[in-house]
Amino acid sequence: MSQSRWFLPVVLAGGLLFGFGLAVSTMTHPEVVLAFLTATDLGLVFVMGGGSVVAAVAFWGLPRLRDDAPLTGDAYSRRLKPFDRNVVIGGSIFGVGWGISGICPGAAYASLGIGNWPILYGIGGMFIGAYLQGWYRSQRTKTPVRTPADD
Amino acid sequence: MVLLVGMSLLEAAFPNGIAQYALGGLLIGAGVVLIYGMTGIAAGASTFLESTLSYVSAQDRFQQYRPSRDWRMVFTLGIVGGAAVYAVAIQGGIWVTEVQPWRLFAGGILVGIGTRVGKGCTSGHGICGIGSVSRTSIVGVVVFVAVAAVTANLVALAGVTP
Repeated sequence: MSQSRWFLPVVLAGGLLFGFGLAVSTMTHPEVVLAFLTATDLGLVFVMGGGSVVAAVAFWGLPRLRDDAPLTGDAYSRRLKPFDRNVVIGGSIFGVGWGISGICPGAAYASLGIGNWPILYGIGGMFIGAYLQGWYRSQRTKTPVRTPADD
Repeated sequence: MVLLVGMSLLEAAFPNGIAQYALGGLLIGAGVVLIYGMTGIAAGASTFLESTLSYVSAQDRFQQYRPSRDWRMVFTLGIVGGAAVYAVAIQGGIWVTEVQPWRLFAGGILVGIGTRVGKGCTSGHGICGIGSVSRTSIVGVVVFVAVAAVTANLVALAGVTP
């Protein structure tokens, strides 16, 4: 990929907006997420709703305006991931973790930004979890006999 | 009468109003759109965990993210920085959670496993995936919100606060 010198600055600017938005939404507070999950304040539907509506307009409209993205020359493709049982298994494990803690990756990074230092326990846990599944799955792909065909 | 009942239901569902939630959501969406519009990349937050592990581990699972690990690092530093700007300019100081560390740690481990097995998190599936009308992401979001709601209620029922 031939990279424009504006590539990383644009990614940084997008990250700044993303993180600032997460802080504005108060989703950086695990308490607010837990209030949503226990139905005492349903406001978080507007965070995911607002974000996905804005994204949907761009994902729908940009490919109709231009063929490719200015900084990379890559086509505007839809972000579609194949469905299999892992989406349900992984989503369930994620759900138990989210319900116990009230934290998810993006909100956890932003939570660090607002000075919430105990979130480091959560981010550390996420790295341990990501490492455990990566280690386990890397082992499995080295022994193809035991690898089920649908993974 | 109907109006009054409706008003009190809204009051119960949204005791803190909706302005900050909606505005925050629009800004998060704006960040996603800026990156997508300029680069064609629909960025999620959780791949950063694995792409960053590629700096320290030779496992295939992490090395596959090597090409994107630098910009994912920049994206995450941006997220931390954007929230820090909010803390300085609007919040006026730091904010610290009262949720117990063991909950953050244990939940974090499961979030780290689940988001990578399930191919996405609240931003990848929840914002980009739903924004793309991806059926995979819609199923992912329905599953994790439902499971999380049951879990959070069970934890609360068990008397764990906060």
